[in-house]
Order: sequence, then structure tokens, then C-alpha cells
Amino acid sequence: MKPIELITQVLELIAALAAAPLFLGWINQCRAWLQNRRAPSLWLPYRGIRKLFHKDAVIAERASPLFRVAPYIVFSAMVVAAGIIPSMGTELPFTNAADAIALVGLLATARVFLSLAAMDIGTAFGTLGARREMMVGFLAEPALLMVIFVASLISATTALPAITENLATQHLGLYPSLAFTAVAFTMVLLAENARIPIDNPATHLELTMIHEAMLLEYSARHLALMEWAAALKLFNYACIGFALFIPWGVSTGEGGPGALLASIPLLAAKLAVAGVVLALIETLSAKLRVFRAPEYLAVAFLFAVLGMLVHLLLGA
Amino acid sequence: MVGVPFDLQLLNLCAALLLLLSFAMLAQRRIVNLVNLLAVQGAVLLAATLLLAWRTGQNHLYVSAALTLALKVVLLPWILHRLIRRLEVYWDTEPLLNIPGTMLVGVLVVVFAFGLAQPISALASTATRNSIGIAVAVILLSFVTMITRRKAMSQVVGFLSMENGLFFGAMSATYGMPMIVEFGVALDVLVAVLVLGIFFFQIREQFDSLDLHHLESLKESHSLEVTGSLEVDD
Repeated sequence: MKPIELITQVLELIAALAAAPLFLGWINQCRAWLQNRRAPSLWLPYRGIRKLFHKDAVIAERASPLFRVAPYIVFSAMVVAAGIIPSMGTELPFTNAADAIALVGLLATARVFLSLAAMDIGTAFGTLGARREMMVGFLAEPALLMVIFVASLISATTALPAITENLATQHLGLYPSLAFTAVAFTMVLLAENARIPIDNPATHLELTMIHEAMLLEYSARHLALMEWAAALKLFNYACIGFALFIPWGVSTGEGGPGALLASIPLLAAKLAVAGVVLALIETLSAKLRVFRAPEYLAVAFLFAVLGMLVHLLLGA
Repeated sequence: MVGVPFDLQLLNLCAALLLLLSFAMLAQRRIVNLVNLLAVQGAVLLAATLLLAWRTGQNHLYVSAALTLALKVVLLPWILHRLIRRLEVYWDTEPLLNIPGTMLVGVLVVVFAFGLAQPISALASTATRNSIGIAVAVILLSFVTMITRRKAMSQVVGFLSMENGLFFGAMSATYGMPMIVEFGVALDVLVAVLVLGIFFFQIREQFDSLDLHHLESLKESHSLEVTGSLEVDD
């Protein structure tokens, strides 16, 4: 293992941990601007997390150990996922252990533990949220896998850094298949991160909530970890999107420290643009009824499958 | 993708867009949007025809591009929009299958079409032979659109979209049909839409609705039922 690889890996993990709440704050700020509200501070997510860490945790009497452990599992799953995704450089020592399919599995693990913990207490809201989350998850996961398969078919590997490197370095071409899958991926991203067409992140204690319903029983450091994990998940999804669809600027192969340094502002720029786009989509669309969610995710799956079919037929 | 010239990449993009538009039509329940999608499909077809004409230097393709522009992008959508306004049909009823179900059927149809087109593509010698599968898929998807709809209006849109698919298929397999056939088809389509427009008014006058399931029962059986009920009354 070369020192530069280790530096890239550590830098990526630190960047993910530090920048994830910032990304969330940026999206919230953009949304507020677009909706003619006064924007909350960019640092609000950090302050929320800090405040929660300083409080004493309250746990329900009937809570099993699973309830206490779940936040740590979910959080660490997201951190490991952040280590696999090539957001700055493709030479990552971690990625030899896990490819893109394992990454999807990692995200699924986090979801399963989150849902189990929500059902553990036995409140109506927790169970309801968990069931809805599983419904969204089981429909979104095939779409996400299809998206990854199209990119893997194009570059003949399922290792995410290799896909990124392949797409970033090859001759620039029009890929209708990648365009379709990019749409599918955006839809999956919105659904999986409890954003607006499926769930409204700005509401609390509503009958239609999904993600919030699962976190109702958590407090203090557990809640802080859960919220940090949610921010990390959004950050991870954004980085998967960059890795698959706008891979340019990531330091590859023989790039060296210069390329790695150059990739940091580029990642920041990509995140800034992605935040604006996400806020725009969320402002322009209305929340769907829960029963319409399968339709929405079926369309996402369809886009991904169409991308694959078009790739198989046209080779494009 | 390396080594594929840029105009061919654009043609592939057009083909992919045609497929996407077919799916959009399959999912769309508002008839006004359905007609708009048909117009967009015509426009993509126009772009593909122009690209192919420019690429191959086949001058007759410019004529058929002009025909596409006049007929499929401008005239037919205009006639259909007028019909919609005068008949006041804006929504199709719930399709026979729900939308996600229709989509999944659509995906299966596309897989079938691609398999069907494989041997044809192997025989063709044109640069766009890969698109034949997409053309077949567009045709079959239009079939599905026609099958799952109840309103006469959406069925006509499905029919026109099928014609678009056939045209695209001919284009990708042999760089377009002979001019005389193309003119004949164009005239047929135009007349068909005009005649169907008159039909719509007749159907609505007869049944007070454009729902085609009224046409499924035969007149004789209908009258038999009436006499039967009369006998019971006696």
C-alpha cells in the first residue's frame, strides 16, 4: 500500500464525516431561499448534533439491547460506505474488500437495523415508519442495483473505483443509457433519503412521515448519531452519483498529491451544484401519497431497466 | 463507444428517446398530454430522419423529413387537439391494468422486441441496424397502449404512434421506404385521422361517451335482451 493511497482514504473519510452535515445545511438553505423564507444557518446541523451529544439519553423501559446498539451500527455502516465510494481518488485500499453490490448491501444493512430498532419499542409510529421504510427500500433497491449494473456493463467491472476511473478516462461519448440511469438514480436518491416526493424531511410528527417516525423514540447521543448517519447517507448517495455520472476531476491512477488536492475543491463544487439541484427538485415537486410511492419507484426501476436495454442493444 | 462517430451517437440518442416517449405514452392518462407526447415523438423522428439524411446523403429522406414535420409534428396534433376541445374528452378512464403493471408488461414487450429484432439486425447492412429493435419495441408498445386504453381518442394516438414506429423501423433497416409508399402511408394516416374524427362524433352521438367498451356488445344480442325482458314483463 502506497502512502498516497492511505492519505486518500483517510482524507475521504474525514471529508465525508465533516462535510455531510454541511451538505444537509446547504440543501436546507437553498430550499429556504427558493421558498422565500429566511434561510437557517449553514451550521445548524452541526449545532444540533453538538447539542444532542451534550444531553442525557432517555431510553424506554422495554427497549432491548438492539435499540441501544442500532445507532452505532447504522452510523458505522454509513462510515464504511463512505470509505468505499471514490469521492476524491480511485486508489482506495478499502475498496479491494467491497464492490458496488456490497455497497448496496451495506446500505441495506443500515436500513434493516434502523427498522428493527424502530419496531423494538413497539410504538405505533415506529412500526408504521419501519414498514413504510421497508416498502420504499425493497422497491428502491432493485432500481439502484440496475443503475449500478448499467455502469458496470459499460466498464466491465463492479468495483466502484474502477468504474469511475474507466468512465473518467475514456473518450467522451453520448450515453443514452447513462442518461436514463441518471434519472433513475436521482429518483432513488430522493426516495431513499426521505426527501420530498416520498417523505418530507422538514416535518415532524405527521401521519405521513417515514424517516422521522423511526427516530421518534431516540434521544441525545443516539439521536445525534442517527441524524449524522442520515446526513452521511445523503452525502454517500450524492458521491455515488458523482462517481457514476460525473466522474471527472477525481484523482486517478498516477495522479499523485497534486491531483488529490485538486479534487477537493472540485468535490465541493459538485456538492454545491448537487445541493442546488436537489433543493430545486424538492421545491418544484409535491409530496406523493404513500400509496403512490410504488408507482414512483416503479418508474425509477423502469428508467434503469430501459438504460440497461438500450445499452445492450445499441452498445451506448 | 470509442470510435463511434458523433452523428451515429446522436442517432442512437434519438432511438433511445423514441423508446422513452413510448413508455411515457403508456403511463400518461391525460389525453391532451398524450397528443403532446405524440407531437414530441414526431419531432424526435424528424431529427432522426434529418440526421440520417445528412449522414447517408440520401436526398429522398429530406422529403420524408418534410412530410414528417408537416404531418406528424404540426397537422395531426393540431387536428387531435381540435377534436379534444370539441368532444371535451380530457381524461382517459382508469386503464385496464394499473400503471406500474402496464410498465412491467412494457419492459417484457421491449425484451421480446429486442429478441425478435436480433436476426433482422444481423441481416441488415445499414449503420443504424441496431435501432431496428427499438423500432419494433415502439410498435409493440403502441399496441399495448391501444390494448390497455378504453377511450377511442387514446387508441387513435396509439395507432399514430405505431405508424411512427413503423417509419422509424423502415428508416433503420433500409434508409426509408420508397417515396411512393411513404406518400401513400402519409395520405392513409391523414385520411384515417379525419375519418376517425367523424367516427368519434358518431360514437358519441350513439352512446353519449367515447368509451369503446360500448361497442363490444353486438346489436342483435342487445335487442334480444330487450325482447327477453319484455317477455318477462308480459
